[in-house]
Amino acid sequence: MTEALATPPQKQLAADKTSLITGSEAIAVACKLADVDVITAYPIRPYDTVMQYVAKLVSNGELDCEYIVAESEHSQFEIVKHASAVGARVFCGSSGVGWMYAFEALTVTPALRIPMVAMVGNRALDDPGAFGVEHNDALAVRDLGWQLVWVDSAQEALDTALIAYRVAEDRRIFLPCAISCDGAFLTHSQALVKVPSQEKVKAFLPRYDRGDLLLHPDNPITVAPQVNEDWLMEIRRQTAAAMDRSPAVIREAYADFERIFGRSYGNPFFEEYQTEDADVVLVGMGTLSNPVRVAIRQMRQEGKKVGFVRVRWFRPFAAEELAATLGRFKAVGVIDRDFSLGSPYRSGVLATEVRAAMYPAPNRPPIVGFICGLGGREVTVPAVREMTESVYLAAEGTTQPGTKWIGLRE
Amino acid sequence: MAVSDRELAELVQLRPTQTLDAFKGVKKLPLEEFFTSGHRTCQGCESSLVMKMMVKAAGPRTIVLGSTGCMYVANTTYYSTSWVVPWMHTQLGSSGSAGLGTAAGLKALMRKGKIKDEPINVIAFCGDGGGADMGLSAISATLTHPDYNVLILMYDNESYANTDIQLSGSTPYGANTTFSPPGKLKRIMHHRWKKNMAGMMAAGHPTCRYVATVCMSFPVYSMNAVRKALSIGGPTFIHSLDPCPKGWDYDPMLSHELGELAVTTGIWPLYEVEEGVFRLVGKTRDIADGRLKRLPVRDYLLKQGRFAHFTEDDIAYFQSKVDETWEKWLVPGVIPFKKQIEEDRPPA
Repeated sequence: MTEALATPPQKQLAADKTSLITGSEAIAVACKLADVDVITAYPIRPYDTVMQYVAKLVSNGELDCEYIVAESEHSQFEIVKHASAVGARVFCGSSGVGWMYAFEALTVTPALRIPMVAMVGNRALDDPGAFGVEHNDALAVRDLGWQLVWVDSAQEALDTALIAYRVAEDRRIFLPCAISCDGAFLTHSQALVKVPSQEKVKAFLPRYDRGDLLLHPDNPITVAPQVNEDWLMEIRRQTAAAMDRSPAVIREAYADFERIFGRSYGNPFFEEYQTEDADVVLVGMGTLSNPVRVAIRQMRQEGKKVGFVRVRWFRPFAAEELAATLGRFKAVGVIDRDFSLGSPYRSGVLATEVRAAMYPAPNRPPIVGFICGLGGREVTVPAVREMTESVYLAAEGTTQPGTKWIGLRE
Repeated sequence: MAVSDRELAELVQLRPTQTLDAFKGVKKLPLEEFFTSGHRTCQGCESSLVMKMMVKAAGPRTIVLGSTGCMYVANTTYYSTSWVVPWMHTQLGSSGSAGLGTAAGLKALMRKGKIKDEPINVIAFCGDGGGADMGLSAISATLTHPDYNVLILMYDNESYANTDIQLSGSTPYGANTTFSPPGKLKRIMHHRWKKNMAGMMAAGHPTCRYVATVCMSFPVYSMNAVRKALSIGGPTFIHSLDPCPKGWDYDPMLSHELGELAVTTGIWPLYEVEEGVFRLVGKTRDIADGRLKRLPVRDYLLKQGRFAHFTEDDIAYFQSKVDETWEKWLVPGVIPFKKQIEEDRPPA
């Protein structure tokens, strides 16, 4: 993260407070700051910690919302979907197969243009059971109109939740947004977080105004009728157009965020680490950025020019921009904390997307896919070094680009 | 120290409801319609009549949520909606969640001063497939929330009628559906007894303040049940039995008659459970009090093609099961705990 510089806040607003909180708690605090109206909970590890914090905020009178413990994830997401339709700002979340249990609700939410904000505490899908992180849960909705963002620190979780409301509820967008926080590594890890003042949040985040789509006796509309082949394509295209407008709205939101909060995230879509002079780079999402950064610092001391690109926004995917960036290097290694069985080159989801993004680019360095850290297995510094070696070999043209599973017992 | 009702009310902060007095007769019904032309339901469709009467009873300050089924697909063809009040589709198993979410959204926004504070009726409807099968869990959950004013109405045409008449948990014993066709080896493919949805909701949810069974062959009572449910507040549930010409296979002109026969044969008892107080209603009460003789189920079954494969034995079996609900159940047609248990095993 490039630290705050340049533009100071335009007027003097109350200062931030620093708190030692987890990623989950940071998002609960964001819900309070955003004055969310309806929140639904259902237990599954590891995301459910956010709802434990929310419940405390409600019972202590710090957050005024309808807080409903649902009887399943399907209901959890359906309840907030309908609350949003009558104009309420809503929050929800889940993990792993809980997210999958809600899949029907997740499908209709963007189609109904509901600007829900959800947290995914990324977790391996059953079976066999594993509490640890995998990204397949959130990635499962990648084709449906959800805006998907990955964060790697509690600070970024809080800030991104506020940005998510701002973007999702923008009338040009009206699409839901899911914030992915790696299970345990982020949901349960404490860090010092600058908690902004309510005043700043108010200046940043306008009220949710559902406008002509509001379901209310004063605006008696019929929502989601049967359209069949007559109209489905046109309506689907409208949803696609909203997603197409999302990058510009995301940029606006980050610029305003910097102006009001005095913290900058640079390029909203992906973060570059030591890439200026890099020969090869690794690409990944979420908290694996931590061991990757440590390994890069080590390798740099040994004279290896390695960089890292951390993808934040997976939907919308900044294809042109990412392709232009990655085209500068001799080879690219994409680290997936997910799998996509039977996919091209047996890669993970991110590597497949990156290859697709690179195809029209003038410079197309070799791309190596890595699958590692599944089920919450740690991505270690030696593992990062091993991956980097493979990327160097690809740069020299001595290996065929493909997919390697790293840290696997054979 | 026990929590008093007043303290509970402070915890729950239930919003005020509209005061909807009972209609005094069919000639006193308002003429204004909130479910009008533009739908494509079948000739003789009783469920569409339920929609019309339900929302006429509720009035204009109402939001209706409709889960997938006939009353979604046939009523909301794009550009020709029949709903005058605001209406939103919800997923097949989501009527409970849709009602809860809508009510919760309105409650939060009104309490926080973000919208005008006024009582708005919230009705979520589902068919028997969406309610008694897939939506059971969400409806049950909603009926445990004392915090929200929401009516869930299940229109029961006894099959998945919109998808081609497949059996549901609410289809009567032995009925011919596309998933239970009588064949050479098996005459009776569907040998499950109909799920007792209203009884289940009433018995299992002490928080639910009003449960009723209705049938639009008795429209004034049925509409007043809707008005009572909306006025009483909290979570409420109505189960409507709707004859379906396509699914039950009969001449559409017989819809009302079949609804009446369902009641007078004792197959479909009409009752209300209001704040926990149970009472039989109308002709069901007449049967229970001995003023009306219960008609044989044969009169009802043989008018419908879905039972055309029934033999005399099948009819006799069906009759015996209905007799059992009247003679042996703790509450006739409602609670399937048999009185015999007490008689057979008196306390030592």
